[in-house]
Amino acid sequence: MNVLAIDTSTNVLGVGVVNKEKVIGEYITNIKRNHSTRVLPAIEYLLKDCGLGIKDIHKIVVAHGPGSYTGLRIGLTIGKTLAWTLKIPLTGVSTLHLMAASGRYFEGLISPIIDARRGNIYTGLYKFSNGEWTNVLEDQHISAVEWAKKLNEYNEHVLMIGENAPTFQSVFETTLKDRVNFASVTVHNPRPGELGLIGMDQPEVDVYSFVPNYLRLAEAEAKWREKMGN
Amino acid sequence: MNDQYILGIETSCDETAAAVVKNGTVIMSNVVASQIESHKRFGGVVPEIASRHHVEQIIFVIEEAMEKANVKFSDLTGIAVTSGPGLVGALLIGVETAKTLAFAHSLPLIPVHHIAGHIYANRLVAEMEFPLVALVVSGGHTELIYMKDHGHFQVIGETRDDAAGEAYDKVARLLDLPYPGGPHIDRLAAKGQVVIDFPRAWLEDESFDFSFSGLKSAVINTVHNAHQRGVQLKPEDVAASFQDSVTEVLVKKTILAAEKFGAKQILLAGGVAANRGLRNRLSKAVEDFKHLQLIIPPLHLCTDNAAMIAAAGSVFYEKGIRADLSLNANPGLSLSRFSTEP
Repeated sequence: MNVLAIDTSTNVLGVGVVNKEKVIGEYITNIKRNHSTRVLPAIEYLLKDCGLGIKDIHKIVVAHGPGSYTGLRIGLTIGKTLAWTLKIPLTGVSTLHLMAASGRYFEGLISPIIDARRGNIYTGLYKFSNGEWTNVLEDQHISAVEWAKKLNEYNEHVLMIGENAPTFQSVFETTLKDRVNFASVTVHNPRPGELGLIGMDQPEVDVYSFVPNYLRLAEAEAKWREKMGN
Repeated sequence: MNDQYILGIETSCDETAAAVVKNGTVIMSNVVASQIESHKRFGGVVPEIASRHHVEQIIFVIEEAMEKANVKFSDLTGIAVTSGPGLVGALLIGVETAKTLAFAHSLPLIPVHHIAGHIYANRLVAEMEFPLVALVVSGGHTELIYMKDHGHFQVIGETRDDAAGEAYDKVARLLDLPYPGGPHIDRLAAKGQVVIDFPRAWLEDESFDFSFSGLKSAVINTVHNAHQRGVQLKPEDVAASFQDSVTEVLVKKTILAAEKFGAKQILLAGGVAANRGLRNRLSKAVEDFKHLQLIIPPLHLCTDNAAMIAAAGSVFYEKGIRADLSLNANPGLSLSRFSTEP
């Protein structure tokens, strides 16, 4: 079973083809350029180079957020449309879980970081042990300061992954001291191969109603709900 | 010769739409999911919310369009999509969907300018005869377009400030009418009298450009002054007087353009083409010209839809217009530059 994995959640564009035995191919860039012009050409290029046609793909896995709203919609729209029109299953994987996956051999907790601006981050807490992933704390939108306090309740080392993580280095070190570790730049770019593997055995989602996990309301929506006293 | 089937996709603003059109003129299906109910509470279209709704709706809408048309992807000649102008995040959903479908089924991808789409809505009603002049009026556009042939677009006049539809929405808000205000003004105007002499912006002689910001300010000032003096203005009369100013300028300039360019047809296009005041006035004005034909699409083809995109896409397909998988949404896409003819 060949899985096509698509990640456009952040500045990193990742496309991969994997099956149970191996990661057949991956295309990864980390540049500040439009995903919209580049994702489908990347898929076309990768498949061609791997000697595969789109009909050789049996499942689509998309990183469904959190992340850039527009970025998420690009990957999801492509994933939904492919799955629907090729009549193959689609599944979504947390972008944060995907980021954490690159730290699977770290003995301790893993906290992937995406900058959500104004001192806030998108993060979650993950752990890999005995060949299994555990989501210790669910994905959330939270201030970095608050997150450091939460992490401090665990008496474990924490690995911060993601290219935005160093932005919050002093915040985390102030609270967690030497229990906080920062991944190297080679670990920051999420691996589409990991995305495909995580999603391979996950149940499929409904392609029609599948939407990104933004983790935040649109600003206008949040203000409106506040006004309505919700 | 085989029939040509084009799937059109349109997501430039707050309607998620897909349609299948046969041979550029026959609507096989035309599905529109409107978000208007969701945006009403904000008093206007919120771009981020529009984008979110498009992702929710797009597959439903395309599936329904394909099923109603009773065609398979292997029956299609090509896929046409609005690539601009519009809200960039909203446009992107349609563009990515269209590119993905074109890629999955190895189909030609045809980029379509939103305004070209509005103009080609008319070809779903009657065959176009050139040269012609099209008046495009909507919430975002007020333009006079000269066409000497299929695929040729020359913008001969456009608004220098607000679009006509924008002025309608602002006056509607002033009169406490619900969003979107255009239809409400039109309805009120039909019951009122033209008693207030609002300004008409004719601009320079020979100019086909428009300006509605002065008119908008005049309406606001008149209503506020009356309010301060404790004078009761009838909203029906304000609406009628405002609409009289807008439609007089639109109609006179359109007729002048038609005369200057020797047009055989005048096409009305865009959301404001649904306005009865404008339709009636233009129809009456054209009566004086024996060889001038006026085409006005039915209401559901005036507002944003994908049948018009497929209809335009049909012509562009024949002209050899294609996009590849790097096609991007272009919120400021220009119509003149989109023209297939110089």
